[in-house]
Amino acid sequence: MSNSTVNSDSAEADAPAATPEDAHGHVAVDVTTLDAELIEGPSFATPDVAEYALWLGDDSLILAQQLGAWISRAPELEEDVALGNVALDLIGHARSLLHYAGTASDRTEDDLAYWRTEPDFRSLHLVEQPNGDFAHTIARQFIVAHYLFELYSRLRASADATLAAIAAKAVKEVDYHRDHSTQWVLRLAQGTDESRRRMITAFSDLWPYVEEVFRDDPLIDRLEGIAVRPSSLLPAFDAAIAPVLAEAELEVPCGFVASGGGRTGKHSEHLAFLLAEMQVLTRAHPGASW
Amino acid sequence: MTTPGDSAAEIWPLWEVFVRSNRGLSHVHVGSLHAPDETLAVRNARDLYTRRSEGVSVWVVPAAAITTSDPDAKGAFFESPAGKNYRHASYYSKSEGVKHL
Repeated sequence: MSNSTVNSDSAEADAPAATPEDAHGHVAVDVTTLDAELIEGPSFATPDVAEYALWLGDDSLILAQQLGAWISRAPELEEDVALGNVALDLIGHARSLLHYAGTASDRTEDDLAYWRTEPDFRSLHLVEQPNGDFAHTIARQFIVAHYLFELYSRLRASADATLAAIAAKAVKEVDYHRDHSTQWVLRLAQGTDESRRRMITAFSDLWPYVEEVFRDDPLIDRLEGIAVRPSSLLPAFDAAIAPVLAEAELEVPCGFVASGGGRTGKHSEHLAFLLAEMQVLTRAHPGASW
Repeated sequence: MTTPGDSAAEIWPLWEVFVRSNRGLSHVHVGSLHAPDETLAVRNARDLYTRRSEGVSVWVVPAAAITTSDPDAKGAFFESPAGKNYRHASYYSKSEGVKHL
């Protein structure tokens, strides 16, 4: 995220056209553009809708921050770039959702990302779980991407036009995240004995956090037609992952279920450290820009 | 082609990447990458070479499958057209409406 102000008109006018000579494009880091659905006309979220946008935005933001830690450390340079691309997609979703959430309380996306403390975050415990080894990161991606794909597919029909527009754009990107993690689940599970052992361990470690993803918190009851009921996504989620796990010859782990509570600000022990790293620069230099 | 396990470095095979930027144009070589197999090679190509709207189609080819001309035989290979402008079709006028010729 950038500290600059949002000014769509000048950003579009100044943006260089993509010409064959300039195939890779120029990127100006001091200019931020938001998607059209967020800048055309005033669009303010009600407190309940803002809370829901915060849930989804925080999931994307925390997961993106986690994936960023792989840059320069992935098993191969190509995978470094692939995970970085996924993180950038998620940052895009987080920006749109947090921007919208902020309209209810006159706060910017940066206010929400950098100036809230741990109890004010609404992320799921699943996205807070550490990167672990590559298999853990892939297992977490596999679960989250399949969940987000089902979520955004349905959120496109939301009665809230802004949420629907954000979902319509995000669903294509998480579709690719789904594909990317699926390819790796298949390869790790059917690669060497060591890669298979690690893939199984990763799923066993992360599965306790799946239950919280599909839990219906009370807010959902107040947002009928606007929010997507998480429990309603479970059948589609199960149906989508079953053939992949079958092909990979993996079984859905069973065991204990973690307490959860991310949606009410009760977080795992990992979030505070992640926030400290993510927020330290902004807090050390308030208002600084590139 | 190097396969994982062949050497201590366990390097993935090399693939050459061709991207078509628009319908009607040819695929153009844009670079190379490493990938364990052709499925992931296409994914990696998408991530490395098309994320700023450069392409509508991607090809990957195992680098080992490409046979090249010998750089040392440049003279014998490429010298003969020089100075023979009658080999060029520059005396024809192009019909209107023909793009990409």
